[in-house]
Amino acid sequence: MLNTKIFERSAIGRLLLADKAGSYLLMVLFAAMVLVPLCNLLMPEGSFLHIPTYIVVLLGKYLCYALLALALDLIWGYCGILSLGHGAFFALGGYVMGMHLMRQIGERGVYGNADLPDFMVFLNWTELPWYWYGFDSFFFSMFMVALVPAALAFVFGWLAFRSRVTGVYLSIITQAMTYALLLAFFRNDMGFGGNNGLTDFKDILGFNLQSDVTRCVLFALSALSVMLAYILCRAIVSSKYGRVLVAIRDAESRTRFMGYRVEHFKLFVFVVSAILAGIAGALYVPQVGIINPGEFGPINSIEIVIWVAIGGRGTLFGAVIGAVAVNYAKTYFTGAFPEVWLFMLGALFVISTLYLPKGIVGVVKQLQDRRAERNAPTSQGAQS
Amino acid sequence: MKLTHIDTHAVFRFILFCLVIILPMQSTAAPIATVGQIKIQREDAALLLNELITAKSTVDKINLINLIANSNLPQRVAVLEALQSGDLYYTKKAKQLVYAHSHADGYSAVAVIGNEDLGVVGSRAVRKISINNELRTVLRGVLAEISLRSENTAERLQAAKNLVRSPAAEFLPAIERALVMESDAKVIEALKLAAAMVNLNSDEQVLRLEAIESFRGSLDSDAMSLLAAMQLTDSDGNYLEPDDLVRESAAAVLKQMRSEAKIYKLIENTFFGLSLGSVLLLTAVGLAITFGVMGVINMAHGEMMMLGAYTTYVIQLLMPNYIDYSIIVAIPAAFMVSGLVGIVIERGIIRHLYGRPLETLLATFGVSLILQQAVRSIFSPLNKSVTAPSWLSGSLEINGALSLTYNRLYIIAFSLIVLLLLVFLLKKTFVGLQMRAVTQNRAMANSMGIRTGWVDALTFGLGSGIAGIAGVALSQLTNVGPNLGQSYIIDSFMVVVFGGVGNLFGTFFAAMSLGVANKFLEPFAGAVLAKIFVLVFIILFIQWRPRGLFALKGRSVED
Repeated sequence: MLNTKIFERSAIGRLLLADKAGSYLLMVLFAAMVLVPLCNLLMPEGSFLHIPTYIVVLLGKYLCYALLALALDLIWGYCGILSLGHGAFFALGGYVMGMHLMRQIGERGVYGNADLPDFMVFLNWTELPWYWYGFDSFFFSMFMVALVPAALAFVFGWLAFRSRVTGVYLSIITQAMTYALLLAFFRNDMGFGGNNGLTDFKDILGFNLQSDVTRCVLFALSALSVMLAYILCRAIVSSKYGRVLVAIRDAESRTRFMGYRVEHFKLFVFVVSAILAGIAGALYVPQVGIINPGEFGPINSIEIVIWVAIGGRGTLFGAVIGAVAVNYAKTYFTGAFPEVWLFMLGALFVISTLYLPKGIVGVVKQLQDRRAERNAPTSQGAQS
Repeated sequence: MKLTHIDTHAVFRFILFCLVIILPMQSTAAPIATVGQIKIQREDAALLLNELITAKSTVDKINLINLIANSNLPQRVAVLEALQSGDLYYTKKAKQLVYAHSHADGYSAVAVIGNEDLGVVGSRAVRKISINNELRTVLRGVLAEISLRSENTAERLQAAKNLVRSPAAEFLPAIERALVMESDAKVIEALKLAAAMVNLNSDEQVLRLEAIESFRGSLDSDAMSLLAAMQLTDSDGNYLEPDDLVRESAAAVLKQMRSEAKIYKLIENTFFGLSLGSVLLLTAVGLAITFGVMGVINMAHGEMMMLGAYTTYVIQLLMPNYIDYSIIVAIPAAFMVSGLVGIVIERGIIRHLYGRPLETLLATFGVSLILQQAVRSIFSPLNKSVTAPSWLSGSLEINGALSLTYNRLYIIAFSLIVLLLLVFLLKKTFVGLQMRAVTQNRAMANSMGIRTGWVDALTFGLGSGIAGIAGVALSQLTNVGPNLGQSYIIDSFMVVVFGGVGNLFGTFFAAMSLGVANKFLEPFAGAVLAKIFVLVFIILFIQWRPRGLFALKGRSVED
């Protein structure tokens, strides 16, 4: 009794009580976080309840995408900033994590060089470039996972929002940004492994990346991150600050005329979103075991937008649902009918924009409303 | 039998002896060519060539080589080249002259006379026609002279250019004789250059100074490196070129040549930049209509180009015997195909999304994926090659430092024609007037009786059709594949945004300046880094002018 009261009074409790769908989502995530590792580790192989490791990895990947979609929904759904370059922040977080994991390989690389990663030995480099310093430390690396995307988002956003680059123009220059980074990371001279990227990781904090336990822990961490990120985003959008964001989305000039510093609001939410995307990338890399410049591809960034659009823009939980649903469909169709997948994806884009402007969440809500409508007259009729 | 053989042999030797006496006199007194070719009958040819087997002394061989070179034998060049490279042998048994190449089981031999393939013979069955350095020198000169007397001007020019690249004293008589005969200005120029290159190495100061002076005005890179080498010093600080006068005049000429070459390099870079800019213009101008004029973000624009390129490919398959003309047929065909697909997309999808630019972006991106996969399913995911018509290959040579390739020249002209036609259509025709009216004020245009829906479809079709035309041009430059459009879409958006939306002149200016900037950055930064610089520049530029270089002036506010 006392516990529920405390829960109701706490900030998070109030948030979640007002957000029914969100609390269901958190419950599902929490259940997954606990049950999936348990089913993988404790259930004997061949048992009905056993979840094979590759499924755990796959689900972990989906959760990273979900976190990325959440980050995009925060700025697109609530502030109207359509970033077509959010994959860049994801990839940067991934690269930072990859750099740390590269340093962890140490002498176990193909060339057995303790000071240099394999690809640098291959390129005949003699010493570590300065920007690789410090990545031996886990905590420094985790700090950089947030800082690097945040710094790029801050500089880019500060320039763009200050000069009031909005709408389509902003979308196009974010795409240019990720394209420029794609080209840059393809260069061997950049010192990030060029075309092949960073791979061949061995362990993280001394735990073998190939072992089931590490993979389960990474999965649980991903689930936890999505949950925390969801609560953070929900807290942002339901605060007074979030109201201003929605005002900016719906009528930017009017908000400005009312005295709000629109660019400051946008910049803050953009940086938060970039950090979330960076964390998603950092969780993604140890699970898939590779990061290469392909992650910067403009197409990848557009795909993120699709997840959000299909799930339901401006709902937060819709983004999570969309990311998992679209990626599950992608895994299934690329395996079963590789020819059809692009047709499917293309048709999904067209249909979701034409007929499902509010995404899956919107359809569910429409059905609920219709049922409520059907129920409402009968109850009224009963009363009269 | 044997007797007669010896008899003919003896007779021939006598003839040969007479010629050998006459020939050196002639070759010093007058150009060989004026003597005219020595007409030789078929059987004599065999004898003449077989002399190579019996000739033992170097002098005999030199005379024989000169005789063969001046004969009308069809195989003379092949024989002399084989002799030079040491591939000429004779069979010991039949005393037959053969071309032989080493083989695992001996030699694979082909008879010189009659070209009969003798198959593989043992290494002991043949013997090499021996050759020494003196003979090699003679052979080089003789072979050069043969090619300098070719009927074909292009071959003569090539021969002269080869001499420029590898100057040697033994070529000088041949060059001088060729100069007397030559009528083509370009060949004469190359020959003079070759002579000067040879004279530069002579012992006489006057000849060397003359040679250096004759380099003035030419832009040959070999000549420049020779002159530059004269300015070098050895480790003790002494000049490698001891003659002060020669060195100083070389320095003066070199300086002039370098400054001229620099100007031509600048012109060449600008030309490359303009041709790249023309490609950008072609790819962006369709987008300037759909995006700039209509405000539709058409992510399927690249796929419209891809459709145009595939149309070119299909047209070429349909008329394999008229490759040269197929591209002319392909231009209207590609316009129609892409234009119709564009109209279908507009009527089916975009019509429902006006005023929602971000949704349009997503929907058209979906269309682009579908089109790509459709092409992959129909034509296979592999790249197709489109043959370039013959009139597109080759280049216009201005001088040694500057040559403009025809395909680049054509693409510049083509993109300008497309742009001008488009401007004419928009500014001077009734349809264009309607298009401008609808984009400026849809409601007003509608109430004036313009069928806005119809005009929208037409405008979108026009933009898509021009993308199709761009695809025809791209099919000549890159591989035709399902991803053709994707690689250009970002660039085209950059051009339109940089130039200012809704302004064709801005698009033109942006395309050209980005093309030239890219080409001028490339030598310093490399192609990829140059592109990154351009992208970053545009991102920063948008901050400064959020509506592009030539923004339309107006009082509208977005909300």
